[in-house]
Amino acid sequence: MEKYRFLQHTADAKFQAFGDTLEEAFINAALAVCSLMWDIDKIEIRVTQDVIVKAKDMKQLLVNCLEEILYLFDAKGFLLASVKDLNIEQAEGNYRLSACFQGDYFLEKYKVYGGIKAITYNEMKIEKNNHFLVQVVVDV
Amino acid sequence: MELKKINENTWEIPKQGSMRVPARIYISSKLLESVKRDMTLQQAKNVACLKGIQRASYVMPDAHQGYGFPIGGVAAFNLDEGIISPGGVGYDINCGVRVIKTDFFAEEIKSKVKSLLEEIFKEVPAGVGKGRAAHLSYSVLEEVCAKGAEWAVENGYGTKDDLEKTEEYGRMRDADPGCITHRAKERGLPQIGTLGAGNHFLELQKVSEVYDERTAKAFGIKKKGQILVMIHCGSRGLGHQVASDYIRMMEDKFGIENLPDRELINAPIRSELGQKYYKAMCAAVNFAFANRQMIAHYVREVFKKVMGTNEGMEQVYDVCHNVAKFETHEINGQKRKVCVHRKGATRSFGPGREEIPEVYRSVGQPVIIPGSMGTASYILAGTDKAEELSFGSTAHGAGRIMSRHEALRRFRGEQIKRDLESQGIELKSTSWKGVAEEASQAYKNVDEVVRISHEVGLGKLVVKVVPLGVMKG
Repeated sequence: MEKYRFLQHTADAKFQAFGDTLEEAFINAALAVCSLMWDIDKIEIRVTQDVIVKAKDMKQLLVNCLEEILYLFDAKGFLLASVKDLNIEQAEGNYRLSACFQGDYFLEKYKVYGGIKAITYNEMKIEKNNHFLVQVVVDV
Repeated sequence: MELKKINENTWEIPKQGSMRVPARIYISSKLLESVKRDMTLQQAKNVACLKGIQRASYVMPDAHQGYGFPIGGVAAFNLDEGIISPGGVGYDINCGVRVIKTDFFAEEIKSKVKSLLEEIFKEVPAGVGKGRAAHLSYSVLEEVCAKGAEWAVENGYGTKDDLEKTEEYGRMRDADPGCITHRAKERGLPQIGTLGAGNHFLELQKVSEVYDERTAKAFGIKKKGQILVMIHCGSRGLGHQVASDYIRMMEDKFGIENLPDRELINAPIRSELGQKYYKAMCAAVNFAFANRQMIAHYVREVFKKVMGTNEGMEQVYDVCHNVAKFETHEINGQKRKVCVHRKGATRSFGPGREEIPEVYRSVGQPVIIPGSMGTASYILAGTDKAEELSFGSTAHGAGRIMSRHEALRRFRGEQIKRDLESQGIELKSTSWKGVAEEASQAYKNVDEVVRISHEVGLGKLVVKVVPLGVMKG
């Protein structure tokens, strides 16, 4: 299955990410976000960041999870290359996601070719048909 | 959607359904076609439904689809029941433009453009993830957020005259750095004094047309050929995080059930959270003012080194085009204080307004409208009429018409550089991909945007400038 696909949008970047599970769709959404900024395949896996985010609903959980990529990059210079052990729990209207982000710090040898300002709710979709689909517009 | 033509460049979506006011669109028939293709008009309608909105939901000539509010959207809310919304300001709080004039003319500088650009490139970090080597401490960052460009000037970056010629005099006094999350500060700390990426740029320009000599002279612009420096950037990760944080806090506090679009989340202006967002936004505004103040200083230093002097490099003005402010406007014949949101719109105050510096009070404020990469940019003057038509606002740039993805598919950064060079424009960038994404064909025609602004009376044409050197993040 295709991991993610970019769609037409006037100003910004809009993509759909797919997965057999919701977790897989979230991971592929994270990779789609990274693909706008750096070449995931060229980043060595030398550093890990444990991520835990909480939210009141699934869309907010997706926004918070993807925003973590922007935060770790701006604040810590961390380039995400792969996501392991992504887990989503849901209890009484509280959503929690944990994951292990793997990648490396921004070194001279890496190229970052684009920036993202924010993850938005614009046209956001989280759907389950034959497989899971998430759609996100990011402000670039 | 019902769209009524009021006159040549003015359209209206009449009040209907849950709209509290009509939506008014200032645009030509030609540009309207591109606006109709995306969500702009629907978003303008949604804004018209928000509590406390006054007169109309306004759309500027360069508008395109945004999040919640359209880009190029202006809306004012009364202070009793009105709201304040992070989506009405945008993620890049105080994204704005500064222009510095020089006493150099094109002929003197032609052979030096390349070295000027190269030196500026060394002094002003640009591109993604490029911070300054010397990091500030958190306490200094808080001071920056509290005092804005004033902090920068106190620390040797520029002069008091720069502050005089900056919107809000370079500092929004309601700023409270305590209202910014630590996360936002962490994102902002490495980025002070950096240009960033995306559509942000720094240009060496020459004046190519003077439409209004008297006003141009008041702005410090003498004649054709004069060299100006234009800096376009914002509050970087700090501002983006403030927006994201407060969207989340407002969602948690007020819920999202009754919103036509989740990104329209807002808080009553009078509520504690509404006030906190405003103070945090002001702090992010100040961060951006300080940022542009520092960059301007580096540019002057480079001129001194390369050209031998930076004498006469005075600021023309610095405008913010993503901001919410409390201003007094006439509503139903009465002067009232309202909270004006400008998202991708520039304040365009006419003569007499006390918010504009004394030196410009007889001609109206300078309104800086940058074009897209390699095209012309403009300086307009604010008008009295704009206060009646749009709460004193006009366009902020060219406005995109093509997605970045499509631009990447169609254009190559290397080719764009060669094309610009053949027109005598030097280009320096950190990323070919970034150059391709910002191809001028992906934008509306800025000439058309300012023509509409001029004809409608939102801002009057003063000078046109064309680039000689472009530095892109």
